Amino acid sequence: MTPSARRTLLLWLLAMLAGAAVVWNSRFSTDISFFLPARPTVEQQVLVDQLKEGAVSRLLMLAIEGGDTAQRAGLSRELRNRLAALPEFVSVQNGDAASQDAARDFLLRHRYLLSPAVTPERFTIDGLKAAISNSIDLLASPAGMLLKPYLTRDPTGELVELLGGLNAGAQPDSRDGVWSSHDGQRALLLVQTRALGSDTDGQEKAIALIREQFAAASGRAGLTDLKLQLSGPGLFAVKSRATIKHEVTRLSLISLSAIIAVLFFVYRSPRLLVLGLLPVASGALAGIVAVSLANGTVYGITVGFGSALIGEAVDYSIYYFVQSSRLGMTEWRQRFWPTIRLGVLTSVCGFGALLFSGFPGLAQLGLYSLTGVLTAALVTRFVLPPLAGTAIQVPLPARIGKALHAGLRHVQTLRWPVIGLALAAFTYLGAQRDQLWLPNLSVLSTVSAEDAALDARLRADLSTPDARYLVVVTGPDREAALQAAERAGQRLDPLVADGVIGGYDSPARFLPSATTQATRRASLPSPDELQRRLQAALVDSPLSASKLAPFIADVDAARRQPLLGRHDLGGSGLALAVDSLLLQGANGWSALLPLRPAGGEQGVDIPVAVVRAALAGSGALFVDTKGQFDALYGDYLHQAVWLSSAGFVAIVVLLLATLRSPRRLAGVLLPLVLAVALVIAGLHLAGERLQLLHLVGMLLIVAVGSNYALFFDRIAGGANLDTATLMSMAVAATTTVIGFGTLALSSVPVLHAVGVTVGPGALLALLLSAVFASREVPA
Amino acid sequence: MIRRLFTGLVLASLATTAHAAFNMDQLMSELAQHKGGRAKFVEKRTLAVLDRPLVATGEMTYTPPDRLEKRTLTPKPETMVLDKDQVSIERDKRKYSISLASRPEALAFVDSIRNTLAGNRAALEKNYTLQLSGNNDNWVLTLTPTEQKIAALLQRITVSGSKDQIHTIDYLLADGDRSELSIEPLEPR
Repeated sequence: MTPSARRTLLLWLLAMLAGAAVVWNSRFSTDISFFLPARPTVEQQVLVDQLKEGAVSRLLMLAIEGGDTAQRAGLSRELRNRLAALPEFVSVQNGDAASQDAARDFLLRHRYLLSPAVTPERFTIDGLKAAISNSIDLLASPAGMLLKPYLTRDPTGELVELLGGLNAGAQPDSRDGVWSSHDGQRALLLVQTRALGSDTDGQEKAIALIREQFAAASGRAGLTDLKLQLSGPGLFAVKSRATIKHEVTRLSLISLSAIIAVLFFVYRSPRLLVLGLLPVASGALAGIVAVSLANGTVYGITVGFGSALIGEAVDYSIYYFVQSSRLGMTEWRQRFWPTIRLGVLTSVCGFGALLFSGFPGLAQLGLYSLTGVLTAALVTRFVLPPLAGTAIQVPLPARIGKALHAGLRHVQTLRWPVIGLALAAFTYLGAQRDQLWLPNLSVLSTVSAEDAALDARLRADLSTPDARYLVVVTGPDREAALQAAERAGQRLDPLVADGVIGGYDSPARFLPSATTQATRRASLPSPDELQRRLQAALVDSPLSASKLAPFIADVDAARRQPLLGRHDLGGSGLALAVDSLLLQGANGWSALLPLRPAGGEQGVDIPVAVVRAALAGSGALFVDTKGQFDALYGDYLHQAVWLSSAGFVAIVVLLLATLRSPRRLAGVLLPLVLAVALVIAGLHLAGERLQLLHLVGMLLIVAVGSNYALFFDRIAGGANLDTATLMSMAVAATTTVIGFGTLALSSVPVLHAVGVTVGPGALLALLLSAVFASREVPA
Repeated sequence: MIRRLFTGLVLASLATTAHAAFNMDQLMSELAQHKGGRAKFVEKRTLAVLDRPLVATGEMTYTPPDRLEKRTLTPKPETMVLDKDQVSIERDKRKYSISLASRPEALAFVDSIRNTLAGNRAALEKNYTLQLSGNNDNWVLTLTPTEQKIAALLQRITVSGSKDQIHTIDYLLADGDRSELSIEPLEPR
């Protein structure tokens, strides 16, 4: 080994050790930030915060199935008691009468701080007269029976006002005193975990605890045929992590063992096999290091992409071993390295284009693959030769050489059929171009259709509406955010009165800002004054002022009551309602006001322009979440089209600059373009749901497939295609197809889509390059 | 043998009574024949807490077998619709909807009137003891709750009428408050 070779080796070893240290300290993540925009708009940021840290991301929906109504209700109560006692849960609701009564008592106790109707005017003689006569009218109605017990304490009807707000959002049904599904077949609970939605470990622990407590409770009651169903963002995160972890191991194992088998069959030498995997291992390591250093967090899906990288990165050592075993190192460097280098550069163009994507997952896949491929090529070129020495002997059986040449001659008779097929594919794609790509972010989700259906059913049963339309206000602290929510509420009230929207929720409903509470408290008159006004107001009323001593006492107590804070709500259902609408972020607090559609003819839509106009100038942000998600995916897709085109152009420019011949350029590109068309048309015909990653796959077919096309181009450049070259190409293509093909087995849509596109695409690129190669092939 | 004879005698005597006098089944089948329709109502509520009774008026529409709409016009417009086990109330442009499946005692309370209108004896007897007096042209049906949860709300309901037409429904609540509903059909048949 020469000193310079030794130096190279030492450098490589140091780099590997440093890389291993970086990987050891890397943060790996499987959460949804893979899909969330890197550079969000203000509206998108609201969604991102909600998904990552919002109280909604900490909610788990539970359903108890089986047995009879009484058994389910009993188990629901038992489970609630057990979970409520655990510090891992902030709030556990099952709609039982005790907590409903507690909520009602809370509203009753604090009604003069909470009710929006409490103003100085309300307690004037005229105001009292109007409010009390309204309550008496209400007594005459069927709903009045509910009010009757409170009449002497609350003659102005503040409780009715507050309960109206509470019940405005539909409540879940209930059977035997606890929440149940609409069909009465399942008892329901709603649990808020202490762990954040983005804390997958915490969510996993909480879910395990729930299952454990359910098993213990049902076991003790002897109700083992009752089943627990669970859904929520936390479960999705836990399941998705398990899926990705499992797949990373499984895919890498499949891909690696298949590739090792192929390599061993070709090399017949454990030494060459180990040496050949060296650039791959270096590349995979370097990829993770680059991502970790650039992004801080490595996504599980990125690591999963490693199985494809293995197949691609191993190509370079295959070329080197197979081609140089006859030629020797120096000759190989002169004759083949430029072609391989060009191939590496086209791959870099392909993966590099992804770096500019605003879709963080895609950008990370690009960085990982680019670094991996580049490192593998450099290690093959500079580290492998000194390590391998000159004793490289790869057997080239004459039998295989003959078969390869015969195969080549054979496929070249297929030119016209291939052109015909490609024309058919282009025609098909042209006809289908509007329905080719699915315009929905959910196609990328790892949530299974079954889990999504369960989630939707529980959501419907719990009457948790899809908060499609949100008004968002912000403030430096909670008080400011609550005040902003109240101001926005004042803008929305006329829309509710006019029937433009059905209603809205606000955190300020159950936790008004301190300012508002203080104003309401200040509008309450002294006992003597109230007594005097009541006498005057109730002269002609069927309700005599003498019966209202409890009212006067309550108002007096309210005047001396301290203002309400978040801690007063404890772990009640009201606290849940407030927490889910208040969000503490890095830059202060935001309050969310979900809007309900008016229903009727408008259906589930809200006249966006009218709401925007009402909120204009208030600083409140109106977000249509569904619209935002659709727009987000639309942006990703649009950007992917743009980046893929740019990547393609970069490859074309690179090839043109190197080959310096439009004819040769056309010779290289034709098979690639046909391969892309055939694969996409084939996938669409086979019923594959085409999405963003298939689109990216098209670019990768060109980037990866060009490696093979370039070898055939050497014939056009005057070189002959010997057995060693043909065999190295066949083996390299095989490993690439194995690598990407393995991804096609994945249940993670992102990986599956790339695999199912690039796997067959790479194979077709090789075959079609052979079909269209120059005929001057020596036999 | 003797037992069978005895059973036969009892059955025969029951059959005779059924033909001889106005009875529950007759009333129920007559009520069940009723095709529904519109009626005016006046409701008078007497509450201990108030110095004088409250009077509400409006219209009721009954669509057999399980839809009842009560549209109060005075003193304040309000619409209540009872459809199967859903109650919806609209007042001051606000709409409330409650599913009574979750509150069996409330359902039994609300259902008393609907089941009487529908002549559904079996449903009424699930929650009430029935007692009938008078004759076909002037009958009085008294419903006394058997269920503890209903009895906590309600002492009894007294329904009076002639033939298939109900004239008054009188609710006497557990706390002594009462509500008297007088009904007058708008489209005499």
